[in-house]
Amino acid sequence: MKTVEEIKAAIEAAVPGAGVTVVLNPSPSAQHSLRLEPAHALAVAAFLRDDPELAFDYLSNVTGVDWLDKEIAEKVKVTRQVTKTVDGPEGTKLEQVVDEIVEETRKHVEPGSLEAVYHLYSVALRHGPLVLRMRTVNRTDKVELPSLTPVWRAAELQEREVFDLYGIVFTGHPDLRRILMWDEFKDYPMRKDYVEPDDYEYEPTAHDAVLKRAQEHRSREQGSRD
Amino acid sequence: MVDNELKIELGKQGILVTTIEELYNWGRRSSVWPMQFGLACCAIEMIATTMARYDLARFGAEVFRPSPRQADLMIVSGTVTKKMAPQVVRLYNQMAEPKYVIAMGACAISGGPFKQGYNVLKGIDRYIPVDVHIPGCPPRPEALIQAFMTLQKKIDGQPLTGEGRPRFLDADAQCEFPVPEQGAHDLEPPSNQGVWPVEIQGVGSRERRDIDGRQVSTDH
Amino acid sequence: MSVAETRTERSAGWNRPPAVEPEGEGELLEVAMGPHHPSTHGVFRMDVSLDGERVVRLKPVFGYLHRNHEKIAEGVAYLASMPYTDRLDYFCSLTNNWAYALAVEKLAGQEVPARAEYIRVILAELTRIQNHASTIGFLLQEMGASGTPLMYAFREREKILDLFESLTGSRMMCNYMRFGGCRVDLSSAWIEATKKVVAGLPAFVDEFEALLTGNEILMARCQGVGVLKPDLAVNAGISGPMLRASGVNYDLRKVDHYGIYDRFQFRVPLGDHGDIYDRYMVRVLEMRESIGILNQALQDIPLGPIMDAKAKLRGFRPKPGEAYGRIEAPKGELGFYLISDGGPNPYRYRVRPPSLINLTVLEDMCLGHNVADVVLIFGSVDIVLGEVDR
Repeated sequence: MKTVEEIKAAIEAAVPGAGVTVVLNPSPSAQHSLRLEPAHALAVAAFLRDDPELAFDYLSNVTGVDWLDKEIAEKVKVTRQVTKTVDGPEGTKLEQVVDEIVEETRKHVEPGSLEAVYHLYSVALRHGPLVLRMRTVNRTDKVELPSLTPVWRAAELQEREVFDLYGIVFTGHPDLRRILMWDEFKDYPMRKDYVEPDDYEYEPTAHDAVLKRAQEHRSREQGSRD
Repeated sequence: MVDNELKIELGKQGILVTTIEELYNWGRRSSVWPMQFGLACCAIEMIATTMARYDLARFGAEVFRPSPRQADLMIVSGTVTKKMAPQVVRLYNQMAEPKYVIAMGACAISGGPFKQGYNVLKGIDRYIPVDVHIPGCPPRPEALIQAFMTLQKKIDGQPLTGEGRPRFLDADAQCEFPVPEQGAHDLEPPSNQGVWPVEIQGVGSRERRDIDGRQVSTDH
Repeated sequence: MSVAETRTERSAGWNRPPAVEPEGEGELLEVAMGPHHPSTHGVFRMDVSLDGERVVRLKPVFGYLHRNHEKIAEGVAYLASMPYTDRLDYFCSLTNNWAYALAVEKLAGQEVPARAEYIRVILAELTRIQNHASTIGFLLQEMGASGTPLMYAFREREKILDLFESLTGSRMMCNYMRFGGCRVDLSSAWIEATKKVVAGLPAFVDEFEALLTGNEILMARCQGVGVLKPDLAVNAGISGPMLRASGVNYDLRKVDHYGIYDRFQFRVPLGDHGDIYDRYMVRVLEMRESIGILNQALQDIPLGPIMDAKAKLRGFRPKPGEAYGRIEAPKGELGFYLISDGGPNPYRYRVRPPSLINLTVLEDMCLGHNVADVVLIFGSVDIVLGEVDR
């Protein structure tokens, strides 16, 4: 199989302005991935499937990943103007403005996103995997990604599952409904910040986190009784 | 009333003495038809129990009925999810009296290993009354047979009149239970009143007995 | 418009289920088959629209056994998920163990000693035999042969489960594989017992085939029913015996060379028509090939350690990164996708369930057939709900 860099070059030659970036994977598995621009994803996917040298005709796995907002603390060196009192001539005190280099930690929030990951193989040429990734703009309102179901039917049920559990809306999906949870359900339970319903009133062998939640439940119940 | 020794003595002479109640319960316990209804992993052990090696037919229970209307026993064999719970309660309501429930395996009892899941019901006894619980993940076929024999003992011990009679002989007994609604975040209500919490018999009573049945302490 | 876009346009829709028009003017009958239905393998629902007996629309409904395996696994350590994998496809706990162990070994870069690899092959092939036998038993049960074929299958299954129990301590939930090896070693007595069971298996398959393969009812009900074309099968991500019954030569044991399958001689059975009968035949032939692999593996199993000496069971924290590992499970391609952030728990834990993805084309296979055939087609897919819904 070609390396990810070669595949990237092939994609960029075939789909102008595709905007593919290579995401390296530092683990020993060395399964590197390509991040696609959602706008060109469908064209890139069709190219990957139909190109005779790549022939990724088999979409094995589709899944979602939730990346929370990350607070990144950086140490930055800043020059600041500080007023200092300096001993002047004849015992007087003078105020002077001096430049000083100070180290300062700055925090900035990297906005989180929802990511869809696709694992491709080739049945015809027996190679793979090639990993494709796409990211939504944020986690709240701009969560649309193009559906790859028109290219690989295998994505149909799996994209529905990602929609159900992560809330990524796949535009162009033929039948985007909840698949695992019931239709009236409102939450996206696989997201990292999902709060599950409180049914911890009866815990015969509670320990660790469960014990804490059971205790919280009990104190709440007692509070409501009083 | 004929006492037990006399009964045995008469039996040796070829004379059977019994009561209507015993005969009636003998008939009931020997033809309990379970519902053909599997939920998860435990269902496979339930199938294995009916196969030649364990042979549930020995207890008069080989007739698995696909319809709840014809079944006497519901074996809740596996994890009850919140998506499935309304259907389980509805099936229970559709069964005709007399009806019994075996909660098979850790999941049906309390959610088991999947207890922390957002879609897992923490025990079917929140919505319907359960007669026999068998632990295990999954319980072995022998355990299911043991649960079955426990149920038969329970049926045998039910008097036909007075306190503790089966529900179908009691006009006031509740035989159907409300089916929970699937809400925006969880099932509503989270449990049925009168079913949950379960009153565990014997707990809190001050009488304790040792292995031979002697009373050991009356206070604590 | 670019080349790729025209290609997409041309091929759009070819992989969707065809529209089937009702004949005549009668009203369509909407039937919800399931979630409690004796034919389905657990809690699964099909919403079927019927024109008389003919199926014109079929929508599968999932989720009745969604037990949040992935969410739970993201909250516990890597090893603590191993017993949960047993409960995915509860017929084949050992292959589930293997797939998960393989993915973690890829993530952490661990090696597996030769003896452990042999043990894994032996257990996986025993699992495959009992799974295929049970599947065929259930398929025949659904065809109306209540009892006998399933009883025969379970008789053989019990023998194999006894082996599992004596080795791992549990009949169904074995929890046996570890990252970098296996949990306990085989005794020579176990190998002897296994050889005895394996020696009896060809006779069982012969008996099964004598009953079924040439059976007129089976042939009439199965041949030409539920046909799946190879190009659609590949495009829809179908895997396992279903894919091979459609004539696509894609067996991960040959393709991925995982484990030590290169050391064994076996053939990959392929179907010609992609109908139910081919799926049945592929499973029967796979059982025979598995017996061949078992005989070779039991013959050459070497002595040695069963765990990677560098493997760490406690305080296991793989370096940040991700890995996708997959094996040829009896139901198809079972994959695990893991993302590590360097902590003791996986950041993302995903199971690629063959059962769920094999159901993608259920509607395509059922359209136009009678409602009684739907039950058969569904049975021939070979699914387990624990894996479909996880």
